[in-house]
Amino acid sequence: MPAVNAIKGIGRRSINAVWRIGMATRFFMLTLTHSGSGFRRFHLIIKELFSTGVMSLIIIVVAGLFVGMVLGLQGYETLKRYGSESALGSMVALSLVRELGPVVAALLFASRAGSAMTAEIGLMKATEQISAMEMMAVNPIARIVAPRFWAGVISMPLLAALFSAVGVFGGYLVGVVQIGVDEGSFWSQMQAAVDFREDILNGVLKSFVFGIAVTVIALFEGYDAPPTAEGVSGATTRTVVTSSLVILMLDFVLTAIMFRGN
Amino acid sequence: MSSPVLAEICELNFAYEKRPVLQGINMVFPKGKLIAIMGLSGCGKTTLLRHIGGALKPTKGCVKVDGQVVHELGQDGLYAMRRKMGMLFQFGALFTDMSVYDNVAFQMREHTDLPEELIHDLVLMKLHAVGLRGTHTLMPSELSGGMARRVALARTVALDPMLIMYDEPFAGLDPISLTVVGDLIRRLNDALGATSIVVTHDIQESLKIVDYVYFMANGVIEAEGTPDEIRASDKEFVHQFVHGEMDGPVPFHYPGGNYRQDLNLKD
Amino acid sequence: MERTTMDLWVGMFVVAGVAALVMLAMKVGNLGTYNVSETYQVHAYFSNIGGLKPKASIKSAGVLVGRVTGITLDTARYEAKVEMSLDKRYQFPKDTFANILTSGLLGEQYIGLMPGGDDQMLKNGEQLKKTQSAMVLEDLIGKFLYSKADEPAK
Repeated sequence: MPAVNAIKGIGRRSINAVWRIGMATRFFMLTLTHSGSGFRRFHLIIKELFSTGVMSLIIIVVAGLFVGMVLGLQGYETLKRYGSESALGSMVALSLVRELGPVVAALLFASRAGSAMTAEIGLMKATEQISAMEMMAVNPIARIVAPRFWAGVISMPLLAALFSAVGVFGGYLVGVVQIGVDEGSFWSQMQAAVDFREDILNGVLKSFVFGIAVTVIALFEGYDAPPTAEGVSGATTRTVVTSSLVILMLDFVLTAIMFRGN
Repeated sequence: MSSPVLAEICELNFAYEKRPVLQGINMVFPKGKLIAIMGLSGCGKTTLLRHIGGALKPTKGCVKVDGQVVHELGQDGLYAMRRKMGMLFQFGALFTDMSVYDNVAFQMREHTDLPEELIHDLVLMKLHAVGLRGTHTLMPSELSGGMARRVALARTVALDPMLIMYDEPFAGLDPISLTVVGDLIRRLNDALGATSIVVTHDIQESLKIVDYVYFMANGVIEAEGTPDEIRASDKEFVHQFVHGEMDGPVPFHYPGGNYRQDLNLKD
Repeated sequence: MERTTMDLWVGMFVVAGVAALVMLAMKVGNLGTYNVSETYQVHAYFSNIGGLKPKASIKSAGVLVGRVTGITLDTARYEAKVEMSLDKRYQFPKDTFANILTSGLLGEQYIGLMPGGDDQMLKNGEQLKKTQSAMVLEDLIGKFLYSKADEPAK
């Protein structure tokens, strides 16, 4: 019976999905409860900040610059039709601070740092490094997972802020320096339109939530990966796919909550 | 075998899902001895080690180490117990993101408050014991397989454990490294006054160094004895194993039904 | 990598990130322009506020002097009550005129204040009595059409 088999397949996948969400949540809770020792030895977090944050800098800055420049160009072309080129600054800044900064930075972070985290932990598991640590009476969640988690959570808002700031500069380069929009109205319209609490803090909050989501997914996939070459590569792919989808879904939910009624 | 017992396994049964892996295993590990557990790949040797380390819970029976039943310990008790154990994993399992020095220093930093100068001296002493003091600045990826195994050995004995477990310490080593590692296992055991359990299928190397041998097959103990007794054993299985014969109680062919039928031959 | 080199890089990363955040807050956002000063509250009634929204700016002679903090419908008189918070540095006479204006043809709506000649200054919690409602485009078009219809045919 192919129909029955298809339904069975759906059932099996649903059970599997719910089970994984439950395991990931449990993993997240374990990470939080074992975070204490990581903060006592902050150099572990520093080391991970280097490999997640610093190593993602170049891609974030370059991507931010180009996204800002494209926004400047496209925004100018569109606004020109309504004779409101002076609103270019506010358009570029609002798009970046509210949406593109947190979302694009998180997507890049997931593919740059998240996949690396999954692969690293998956390989540690495959080469029995995690078992070895457990046999040495050191909890791998506290020693390996928690520092990476906090490094990701700290890096993400900083990277998103850098992305937005560089993007605004890119918009300025194209809009003001190249096309010749009035510099004064570019900045003053921007300042009039962008509210610190409403736009900037909400953007930072978004990227903070994305940071938690991406690192938990990446670390869980790595920790849960079958200890084979195939298993680790599959887990790395799943990290990028799942976290990208989760970022976009969360972005919708957060936007609906934050900017409702304005 | 008259010295006091450090660890023992009584009537240990274990099953993955429904598939039995260990059935009624009894073993004793007297203090100061070097004991080998041998058998074919997949006969449950590694599973047995994981029980001693407390990574698996037995379906029935128990493992006692230093008078305590391992599977009844809580998380804290288990971690306290593991600090007194060392385990060498199959391919060393060195932490690839740390240097050789940091690998050996790892447990000292995690479990003790020793000052860094003292740790420095201890690490170099441990590395010297395995003959690799000169490698302490290297990363694990820069070591050969045999050297990595020896560094892992130095890391295993970093905190002078009372019970050392070796999971296939000879796998994938060249003949020279193999002799070196075998010799180190024996000397470290005697120098530390520890008890060692070596899980292996390298019969010739291990018979040279161990005090007592358990032979496992299909989840039960097939034979046991001192190396001399094993060499002289007339049991078919042991004989096949010791001399590496192709066919015997362990068949060459995996059970596969009728060969002629599989090839669709007509009579 | 040496521990100190790593510390340096991470330190630079954190400083750059925080600097970006501060730059966003001060240069891109409005934190640098008004949030720091003290304010006083006034309110006014309008018969129609058009598209005025909370947080809309309040300007006098084109200078930003405050923000709209709340808009409610007063059911006693069926008019819109607009709460405003004005910068303490700018004091206005009691008979100041409040207009709802539009910046550009399709721009945002804001409140423009035209000072009167009273000696008394507005105090916290007082009301701006003289107001002019928003110009609603539909009404304007309607008026325009009627006036066209009234013209004698040529």
